[in-house]
Amino acid sequence: MNIQKSDHNSPVLSALNDPAIVRYRHWRMLKDKITRHAMTVGGISVIFAILLIFFYLLYVVFPLLVPASMQQSGQFVMPAGDAGKTLHIATEEKSQIAVRFTDQGRTIFFKTKDGSVIANHPLPLPTGVKITSFASSDASSRVVAFGLSDGKVLVVRHSYEITYPKDEAVITPRLEYPLGETPIVIDEKGNAVLQLALQIGEKANTLIAVTADHRLVIAGLIKQVSFIDESVTTEKTGGELALDPKDELSHLLLDKEQQTLYAVDSTGQLWHLDVADKTKPHVIEKLPVVEKGNKVTSLVFLASDISLLVGDNQGRITQWFPVRNKNNLMLLSKVREFHDQTAPITAIAVEERRKGFAAADNTGTVGIYHATAQRTLLVESVAKSSIAQLTMSPRADHMLAEDDKGQVHVMEVKNRHPEVSWASLWGKVWYESYPEPAYIWQSSSASNDFEPKFSLTPLAFGTFKAAFYAMLIAVPLSILGAVYTAYFMSSRMRRIVKPSIEVMEALPTVILGFLAGLWLAPVVELNLPGVFMLFLFMPLGTLTFAYVWKNLPESITYRVPEGWQAALLIPCILFCAWLAFFLSPHIEGWFFGGDMRHWLTHELGIGFDQRNALVVGIAMGLAVIPNIFSIAEDAIFSVPKHLTVGSLALGATPWQTMIRVVLLTASPGIFSALMIGMGRAVGETMIVLMATGNTPVLDFSIFQGLRTLSANIAVEMPESELHSTHYRVLFLAGFVLFMFTFFFNTLAEIIRQRLRRKYSSL
Amino acid sequence: MKNWWKSGDPWIWLTASSVSVSLIVVVGLISLIAWRGLGHFWPASVMQATYTDERDGKSSTIIGEIRDDENVSAVRLRDSGVKVEGERVTRYLMKIGNRELFNLDFRWVLAQNLKEIQYPEKMTVIERREWGNFYGYVVSVKENDKVVSEGDAAWGELQTRLQRALKIFDEIRHLEKNEIGTINYGLEQLRLRKRHLELNHDTDPAKQAALVSEKTQYEAQYEQLRQQLSKLYEQINRDSFTMKVSDDRVVDLKIAKVVSVYRPNVLSSFEKISFYFHKAWTFVSDEPREANTEGGIFPAIFGTVMLVFIMSFIVTPFGVIAAVYLREYAKQGFLTRVIRIAVNNLAGVPAIVYGVFGLGFFVYFLGSNIDQLFYPEALPAPTFGTPGILWSALTLAILTVPVVIVSTEEGLSRIPSSIREGSLALGATKAETLWRTVLPMASPAMMTGLILAIARAAGEVAPLMLVGVVKLAPSLVLDGNAPFLHLERKFMHLGFHIYDVGFQSPNVEAARPLVYATSFLLVAVIVLLNLAAIGIRNHLREKYKALEN
Repeated sequence: MNIQKSDHNSPVLSALNDPAIVRYRHWRMLKDKITRHAMTVGGISVIFAILLIFFYLLYVVFPLLVPASMQQSGQFVMPAGDAGKTLHIATEEKSQIAVRFTDQGRTIFFKTKDGSVIANHPLPLPTGVKITSFASSDASSRVVAFGLSDGKVLVVRHSYEITYPKDEAVITPRLEYPLGETPIVIDEKGNAVLQLALQIGEKANTLIAVTADHRLVIAGLIKQVSFIDESVTTEKTGGELALDPKDELSHLLLDKEQQTLYAVDSTGQLWHLDVADKTKPHVIEKLPVVEKGNKVTSLVFLASDISLLVGDNQGRITQWFPVRNKNNLMLLSKVREFHDQTAPITAIAVEERRKGFAAADNTGTVGIYHATAQRTLLVESVAKSSIAQLTMSPRADHMLAEDDKGQVHVMEVKNRHPEVSWASLWGKVWYESYPEPAYIWQSSSASNDFEPKFSLTPLAFGTFKAAFYAMLIAVPLSILGAVYTAYFMSSRMRRIVKPSIEVMEALPTVILGFLAGLWLAPVVELNLPGVFMLFLFMPLGTLTFAYVWKNLPESITYRVPEGWQAALLIPCILFCAWLAFFLSPHIEGWFFGGDMRHWLTHELGIGFDQRNALVVGIAMGLAVIPNIFSIAEDAIFSVPKHLTVGSLALGATPWQTMIRVVLLTASPGIFSALMIGMGRAVGETMIVLMATGNTPVLDFSIFQGLRTLSANIAVEMPESELHSTHYRVLFLAGFVLFMFTFFFNTLAEIIRQRLRRKYSSL
Repeated sequence: MKNWWKSGDPWIWLTASSVSVSLIVVVGLISLIAWRGLGHFWPASVMQATYTDERDGKSSTIIGEIRDDENVSAVRLRDSGVKVEGERVTRYLMKIGNRELFNLDFRWVLAQNLKEIQYPEKMTVIERREWGNFYGYVVSVKENDKVVSEGDAAWGELQTRLQRALKIFDEIRHLEKNEIGTINYGLEQLRLRKRHLELNHDTDPAKQAALVSEKTQYEAQYEQLRQQLSKLYEQINRDSFTMKVSDDRVVDLKIAKVVSVYRPNVLSSFEKISFYFHKAWTFVSDEPREANTEGGIFPAIFGTVMLVFIMSFIVTPFGVIAAVYLREYAKQGFLTRVIRIAVNNLAGVPAIVYGVFGLGFFVYFLGSNIDQLFYPEALPAPTFGTPGILWSALTLAILTVPVVIVSTEEGLSRIPSSIREGSLALGATKAETLWRTVLPMASPAMMTGLILAIARAAGEVAPLMLVGVVKLAPSLVLDGNAPFLHLERKFMHLGFHIYDVGFQSPNVEAARPLVYATSFLLVAVIVLLNLAAIGIRNHLREKYKALEN
């Protein structure tokens, strides 16, 4: 500005102040500003986008960590309270309508929003007959049964039809009678049915009753549809078991397969009966399931009817299921125990589609649990007095509790991922039908009753097993190679060698995996002794060659300049490889009876997979070599020359200089190279996917397959349902991989930067 | 000896040996792929021999190509019930073809059981569209089931009739793929437009009528094409021929199903070479057949190229902007150092993690929101809410953006600050300096980054399996139907093709040579790209060395 004022008349400056030029200058300044802002915004947003990966993975994983919550969404006086005491409550799929069965034989459908009664049906009972017992079938079948005082049973199903008049869902409840409207005779003698259990299947139905004259009566009804006129005939088989009057069997439970019956007697013993043959029921075992002096207050099946849940008067809930013992008998074992409630358990409501359940006690407290994960998700007080009835909606998002004051409480439950806990992801879990706790990954199956097994341990183990064998191959080759290339090799050869090893880094892993799976695996299988001899012959052959070379006349050795040993060794190594594979069949013949694989399996009892850890180790080792080689070579090569020259001048041999000076100085760089190689081996997907059998087993054997976290994601991710627990667990696996490699890479990078500063200061 | 050990010389030799091993492995792997991949197209001679079955001892004639051989221990064979003498035996993998007759088209045979080996001149190989190759002798050629030519004349007649059939086949393929494909696409668009009107409660009769008239137009076109097609089918199905196979059966074959016929045992070297290049050309230009185990890989090449192209389009500007920001605009300090380390390390995060992110964020989150907003008429069928090429390209872009950033930054940092200062001193603004001086000088570095990114993207398969690749895409990403580029479509990819054909295919033996050939193509492209990147980098370094002095 000053200049402009003082030299006002200068033609150059006046030209600069020409309006057009000023405008142009402003325009340029504006452009500069715009560019600066655009670059800043663009740059920051790209960096943000990269960070997004981290936060998005976390965002998907986060719901796994959210604890369950419960909120009372309604409370009302029991609908149609004058219709008798409630025997059973259930809700339909959408939890809009609930049903209540009473001991006066009435069925009341009501809205869960406000308790208003939709329908109040009387059951078609003969006059003078009273309801003496009640039972419900498998929850998803929505079948219940009433045991009557004349030795008969009435079976009822509540079903719901959804229609869409005017584009809005309208649910109409209905009652059906799967075995007919007339009660079925179960006890020919006409004694009252005191206890009842039943299962209604597609064809086979079983009803089991304890009668007033202390007999256990079984009736199997098999529906046969005639091919000719499609008429239905029912074939009835039956049997019975005399009981001691003292037994006072209660809590009868029949499993979905209609094979096993459980009951509790007056002393708190659990009876385990085989009723596969309906004519000859027999007791397999009687075992105490509660501590002496305690009483069983509740007995239900967990979803899929394999596990039993036993609630006692101390608020303890135990899970039991049959486990095969040494004598090949299926006997009940106590699997786990929950003791987070203190008052007597009054009711247990089971989730239909997961291994979760809720328990209510006589102080009005409700607890939500998950069996497999052994989690108590929530214990909360719902009512002020004892809860008599508790039910869980089919989607497990609502619960209805009826207290003994005649109030119905409706609770909204948010419990999205109960099956995941630290213990179930990483610890040993005792899964249904398994003889003992184990680490198992088995995420899905065709059956609905499947218990998902989300143990990440075998996958993490597989990941490290693969990485371990890969590093076993890669580390010696790449580090020794780097040492030689950086320090001993002639610079002319180095210019060829370095890029050609680095080209291998760019080799798509899918190709390495394909070669490993389809070419290397069979070759290794056929030449097993050869492969192991190869690892032995190569160093031995090299040393022999070196010794021979040293003793050759100087006229020959002088022809090859210093630093070309690697080129000289190529024929020697090729010869060793040839020799190993040539001898392989003979070795196999002499020592292993002609077939080493056969020998391994039969003599040593080691299983052999064609696609095993050895193959993965070799293939992934090759993939990792260039990474480690390149970084380690850089680190060694950039060790300041005056250090080595000084060492040599003091009389150290080249090798001593290498070990004592160079390696020591470059060791952080080599360490960082190893970290990066490790990171790559851990995350590699295609090679392990193709070169292993992808079986998630915990086995150190080099001849067995494995499954890694990354391969598991690649295999299962496309099929996992959006936002399901499986989906989120796979994201968790991805997040673990991300954090792991990110951590190691950062560590390596920081070490490398330090090293660079150290070199520059030396 | 003791002194020798003390001198450390043996250790140096040992380190040298590991370099040799690495070199042998690199060269060996590439040669293995090249040998097996390139050998696939060479017309192998077809052998005829008398073979004594290794299990029941019966003799029969066997015809086929020897594809592989191995030396196995006799014990293992005896374990599986094979009668064999000696300790080690050689066995051949023979491609015997004629799958519909023998159930298998590959068979392991014992070398010692092969007798009277000969290579008959008249042995004919039929390459077919279905059921794989057919080996045998041509007996006669028929037109409408009447024999028109027999014996030696049949061979010439077969070739002329095959030429005619191939011509008709091309016409049929054109009609089915292009013409009818366009009509189907148009009909689908009409349906979507109609649904769009419904969703907007638009009952304008003029629009409805337009839809109806367009539909009738399409249907009329379709009817015409259908007639044309049925005529062509009638023509192509006119001819057939009969072949005699190894067990003297005579089999009727349709000429319409034949791709090529040749007599491998009488081909001259020159013919073999021309056959070789012809096969290689059909391999890269044709579409796959028989669940990808035969035919070409054109859609996979096309998909890979398109993917890489779209990815480059996204990754270059963003990578360069981020690098320029980090190097030229951001205040250098602790934060930029952290960012630099983070960016650098993202290059080491497993690719599958990017796939997981892409599936969750792009496909399920972005994609389904785009569908809700812009494609409600297609719902519940997703448009962008499903894996596709756009999401794959974006995922790979995020995966490779660190490579571009790091490389560009390196280029920027190599430009001497004297050049920037000179430009600023001459009165240029920072933007002008950047645009006119710095970026052009850094352009080779950007190119290097881009090439490295492309090389990485072209070989990456794991994330694509989650975000868009399929084993067989019904239509290409780019076609003649507006808007020509269909970013929502799924695509085929060379790398995934290797995985799928090599490991998921029902007939691995038949597919194996094809996988080697595909691998060779992929390796060649990637190695060339990398060598180019290395070359450019070296050139660049030389250039700035000159500048610095």
